[in-house]
Amino acid sequence: MLKLPIYMDNHATTRVDPQVVEAMLPYFTEKFGNAASRNHSFGWEAEEAVEKARGQIAGIIGAKSKEIIFTSGATESDNLAIKGVVEFYKDKGSHIVTCVTEHKAVLDSCRALERAGRATVTYLAVDKYGMVDPDEVRKAITDKTVLVTIMFANNEIGTLHPVAAIGKITREKGVIFHCDAVQAIGKVPVDVDRCGIDLMSLTAHKLYGPKGIGALYVRSKGPRVRLTPIIDGGGHERGMRSGTLNVTGIVGFGAACEIAQRGMTDEATHLIELRTRLQAGLFERLEDVYLNGHPTERLPGNLNLSFAYVEGESLLMGIHDVAVSSGSACTSATLEPSYVIRALGIDEELAHSSIRFGLGRFNTAEEVDYVTERVSGEVKRLREMSPLYEMAKEGIDLKSVNWKAD
Amino acid sequence: MAYSTKVLDHYNNPRNVGSFAKDEANIGTGVVGAPECGDVMKLQLKITDQGVIEDARFKTFGCGSAIASSSYVTELVKGKHIDEAVAIRNTVIVQELNLPPVKIHCSVLAEDAIKAAISDWKKRRGMAPAAAEDKKTAEG
Repeated sequence: MLKLPIYMDNHATTRVDPQVVEAMLPYFTEKFGNAASRNHSFGWEAEEAVEKARGQIAGIIGAKSKEIIFTSGATESDNLAIKGVVEFYKDKGSHIVTCVTEHKAVLDSCRALERAGRATVTYLAVDKYGMVDPDEVRKAITDKTVLVTIMFANNEIGTLHPVAAIGKITREKGVIFHCDAVQAIGKVPVDVDRCGIDLMSLTAHKLYGPKGIGALYVRSKGPRVRLTPIIDGGGHERGMRSGTLNVTGIVGFGAACEIAQRGMTDEATHLIELRTRLQAGLFERLEDVYLNGHPTERLPGNLNLSFAYVEGESLLMGIHDVAVSSGSACTSATLEPSYVIRALGIDEELAHSSIRFGLGRFNTAEEVDYVTERVSGEVKRLREMSPLYEMAKEGIDLKSVNWKAD
Repeated sequence: MAYSTKVLDHYNNPRNVGSFAKDEANIGTGVVGAPECGDVMKLQLKITDQGVIEDARFKTFGCGSAIASSSYVTELVKGKHIDEAVAIRNTVIVQELNLPPVKIHCSVLAEDAIKAAISDWKKRRGMAPAAAEDKKTAEG
């Protein structure tokens, strides 16, 4: 039986896997100790659980346990990586290389440093698929560059950046490479050594773990990366992030990584099947639908489409029993459509018409079929209501029209 | 963001969707907004020789509030004289549909659409919009 509403917004967050909840529960009640309590069994029990989780998390990215620093989430990890590196290596230089489609946590950390006069930043453009060119990274690096920060996979369009190629360049140039891998962990293979990554942001809630717990991978050898903390206090996490550890969250994060790592290949196959079914179904039923992002180098669960002549938010309103998201201006407070979609260089109105489907572990083929029917039905209804569709049908080139916007 | 009941009603059951033949003398067409801004409204009014709005049609590319604003406007202007219709302020739409501040531009666009449609009708009848304004003042 199909259960409504359907959740298909798994890039925003994911449902916590019941096995993860199960693993967490004892740490709320019986095993509630502070992992920093060194002299009783409650503390030891908590510490043991934290260290187990550290190993599980390190395992999914090919790192060592001690290279995992727990944070409150990826936003904090991004802030710590960027601000921490710039502060620590200020005598070496203060230039950062990043790209225009990064997450706001990265872009705004860079902007904050720029505003404070503590860094200069190069924002690289992306190609029509949202991919950064490693050669552009190479060209942007100067003798003042201390950090390159490029994400593993984009959260809106799912495009996978050529991270390994970038890592090769940063290693060669002796520049630290930070990678926000939030969307990629547990979805595609990620290996910090193979990709030459020195710092990596992770979060639990994108891979069926709880919210409010994240981590920063900090390379310990070849090179050893150092950071100035942004939160001071008791000197937890090797002095890089003070604050009592969120033991329950950490246990859940560890369990989530272990489950994801174990099932990654099968899950990716399942998600690609669902995505192909969704995409084929929509393209079959509708004309003038465009794929945003890379056709093959993308996250298995990501499908970002623009339905020409239909505004994204109105489409979301029509399919209220399906949870997806839109790059439309009207879904944000800024009245600007998605900066990620706009960076692809496509027509601005197609940015307003974009919908992100985020397929996940718990979605089924039955749900995909329902969503296909709902979306195509609603797009057809809204097109009948759209003056742009009417004009296009009459053969008017929308670009030739002199629009009188206020 | 939760939508008001009235916005949902207009969105789900839009009134007077469609088009009139553009080149007929008794039809005034107003197209406002721009695709890159995410809103385009087309409002068409069928107006008698006496300047009374007999019927209205709309098509809108835009969010739910934009669709609801234009749908509501087609109901609002019907039966009104054009002089009355051009005086409709966007605040009436905001109040009726209970639009939040971030959606006020939708109501402004709908107000503009009425004005644009009436001005088009006047132009087609060989009445310069400026002259029409004078006439209105004289009558008033």
